[in-house]
Amino acid sequence: MNTTNDNNFEQCLKCSVCTVYCPVLEVNPLYPGPKQAGPDGERLRLKGAAFYDEALKYCLNCKRCEVACPSGVKIGDIIQLAKIKYSKKKPGLRENMLANTDFMGSLATKMAPVVNLSVGFKPVKMVMDSLFKIDAHRTFPSYASQTFEKWFRKNAASRQDEFPHHVTFFHGCYINYNYPQLGKDMVKVLNALGYGVHLMENEKCCGVALMSNGLIDKAKRQAEGNVENIRRSVKVDRREVIGASSTCIFTMRDEYPHILGVDNADVRDSINLATRFIYRLLDEGRVQLRFKKDYKAAIAYHTPCHMEKLGWSIYSTSLLRMIPGVKLTVLESHCCGIGGTYGFKKENYATSQAIGAPLFRQIETSGVDFVSTDCETCKWQIEMSTSLKVKHPISVLAEALDVEATFRLNSR
Amino acid sequence: MKFDTIIIGGGLSGLTCALRLQAGGRRCAVISAGQSALHFSSGSFDLLGLRADRSEIESPLDEVKHLREMHPYHKLGDKLPHYAAQAESLLAQWGIRVKGDARKNHFRYTPMGGLRPTWLTFSELAVADDSNACPGERVLVANFPGFLDFNTSFITDALCSRGAKCEVCLLDMDSVNRLRVSSTEMRAANIAKVFESEEALGELIAKINQMADGYDCVVLPAVFGFSDAGLATRIEEGVRTGVAFLPAMPPSVAGIRTQKQLRTEFERMGGVFIPGDEVVRADIEDGEVKKIYTRNHGEMGFSASNYVLATGHFMSGGLKADAQGVYEPVFGSDVYYLADRGEWFDKDFFRPQAYSTFGVETDAHCKVLFGARASKNLYAAGSVLCGADAMHELCGGGVSLLTALYVADEILK
Repeated sequence: MNTTNDNNFEQCLKCSVCTVYCPVLEVNPLYPGPKQAGPDGERLRLKGAAFYDEALKYCLNCKRCEVACPSGVKIGDIIQLAKIKYSKKKPGLRENMLANTDFMGSLATKMAPVVNLSVGFKPVKMVMDSLFKIDAHRTFPSYASQTFEKWFRKNAASRQDEFPHHVTFFHGCYINYNYPQLGKDMVKVLNALGYGVHLMENEKCCGVALMSNGLIDKAKRQAEGNVENIRRSVKVDRREVIGASSTCIFTMRDEYPHILGVDNADVRDSINLATRFIYRLLDEGRVQLRFKKDYKAAIAYHTPCHMEKLGWSIYSTSLLRMIPGVKLTVLESHCCGIGGTYGFKKENYATSQAIGAPLFRQIETSGVDFVSTDCETCKWQIEMSTSLKVKHPISVLAEALDVEATFRLNSR
Repeated sequence: MKFDTIIIGGGLSGLTCALRLQAGGRRCAVISAGQSALHFSSGSFDLLGLRADRSEIESPLDEVKHLREMHPYHKLGDKLPHYAAQAESLLAQWGIRVKGDARKNHFRYTPMGGLRPTWLTFSELAVADDSNACPGERVLVANFPGFLDFNTSFITDALCSRGAKCEVCLLDMDSVNRLRVSSTEMRAANIAKVFESEEALGELIAKINQMADGYDCVVLPAVFGFSDAGLATRIEEGVRTGVAFLPAMPPSVAGIRTQKQLRTEFERMGGVFIPGDEVVRADIEDGEVKKIYTRNHGEMGFSASNYVLATGHFMSGGLKADAQGVYEPVFGSDVYYLADRGEWFDKDFFRPQAYSTFGVETDAHCKVLFGARASKNLYAAGSVLCGADAMHELCGGGVSLLTALYVADEILK
């Protein structure tokens, strides 16, 4: 596996298949499309930086062009690297606010009730809209009053050493500041499988929001810190690192080496998504699951773009299918339009909603009880744009498992 | 992860084989490294169109016996007509509307206005009964401003040389013109997406009718029906004159739609489609494939009782060439090619090229050869097989469909 960045734009045959599958191009003709923005533009940019087109900012880094490319061209990476190398647009206050999820989160959780109330308050939204160009239509994810880390240290940490097996949990910003319940569900499920859960020392945001907002130096510093701590977990503590967010995991496995040039080759295979980790334990016969007899749900699974790129939705859908009372529909893979912080920006709001429209229609007509997906920003977008709630597959497992019985099965 | 059969390659051949096996009760997975050659479809599936002397074939089934010895069609023997008929009925069953009959070729239009013998053509495209036909006597060739993949002067030259009177007109519509903001994106698939809206479709029909007076046929680029072939019928019904849709340069809207239909049908039947991935390694013991490993799934391999190699020809990455020779990159199976590199090409681009016939060698059951010995459980189907020259024999679609169905039968036996 080649984990260094290789700019293979010369592999492009000009077949234009990527442009067929670009969700942005379909709704926003200002975007020159992945072929022109990627390999075609790259040839010109190599001649001179003046050929750089600021319209590349419209790319939301979904990587669907790379999934479609028959020639293996790293189209998405070429575009991201060009933005980093050539863009003259400096990140402003808004970009800093959206990108520094760690800093904003630790501030906001301290004053969660006030923050939650005020960002939902119309005059505040209007100010954010006009001053910071954060679109007023957006519903901000609410902040928790207690971080996941704090809850974990107080309520769970002390008993984790008692389990026969161990794993390091990269919770990410969303679980820590916005939705600790998913972290609690993760601990519940893994404990039931006989796995003690441990926090990663000095966990920093994976950096995806910093990268997409042009704060590359900071993203690189955080990536280096995270890889160092992942290395300690894997090599010293002998613990695999798992996470719930498909984007965090994708970023740490692939964007670190490809975009930031941070080498993770020695530990990349030990950075895993929770559903894939659990699927493998089941597949190898190392753990068993026992479900509640009365759990019933009709669920539609949405494949986030980075999950499509990882190719791992099969693990999440296979786990959901194992639950006897679940009727699963897999939605046709289509970008929801949020693109992390992309859809929060005023200039992208209309594009973002237009991209997601076909997915929202699929969801509304699916007749399910709720949607399940592995990405937190897809969850915000779907909950804001449809009438249904979204649950992470791990939360579904936590609800459907007979925890006591599962634990007994796995501690024999 | 375990399956009954794993098909490597998600194009026409791979999906046809997978659909047939899935219908036969086998649990299948298709691993696809990027989108397939259907995106570059001519708009037709050829069975056998030209003889070695370039003369046109009227009854393809009668001509198979004249093909070179290693041509994949010979593996099917006297069951070839059976598989051709089966392909026709399965396509219909999968919702892919085509016209044509294996017993007698018809003619398809090329994007240059020429005519080529073929077997099946997507329902919306214009076809002809002979190589000297025109879609009308007084023809209006219509195009969208800035759409360079539909060359109206080549088309009018071709139609005029066959006796039609032709004029060219432009369909100036804001909804399509907005694509020109990025001029490189004025492409068939993007135009097709515009006409998914009812409003744009209505405007188009009205616009054509304004200009159609005095003509008996309007020629349009086949850029309609991204998700539904019925869109073309609605245009035909709305326009006062006859309408003929001629293929534009790739990407092919009908081909993309067909790819999507095949995949959706396969998944609907319970098949697993794995997109954007690539087999990087295989465990093979004594000619038997035990397990395969992909880029995305790492050490978590896939195993099956049988495997089908349907990875396509050079352009799809199914075959690779370097200074040492030609090889098949997934399993390293035996490949037919000429030892002397100088004989691979003919300097005259338009003459038959020897490399076209290079490909994977198999036994009579389409089982892949390893060191001249047939594998126990690895089959090959479609354009990865050696022996066909799709470009000069006009047989690409037929080889893909028929060998896929043959391999499926071999596995189901």
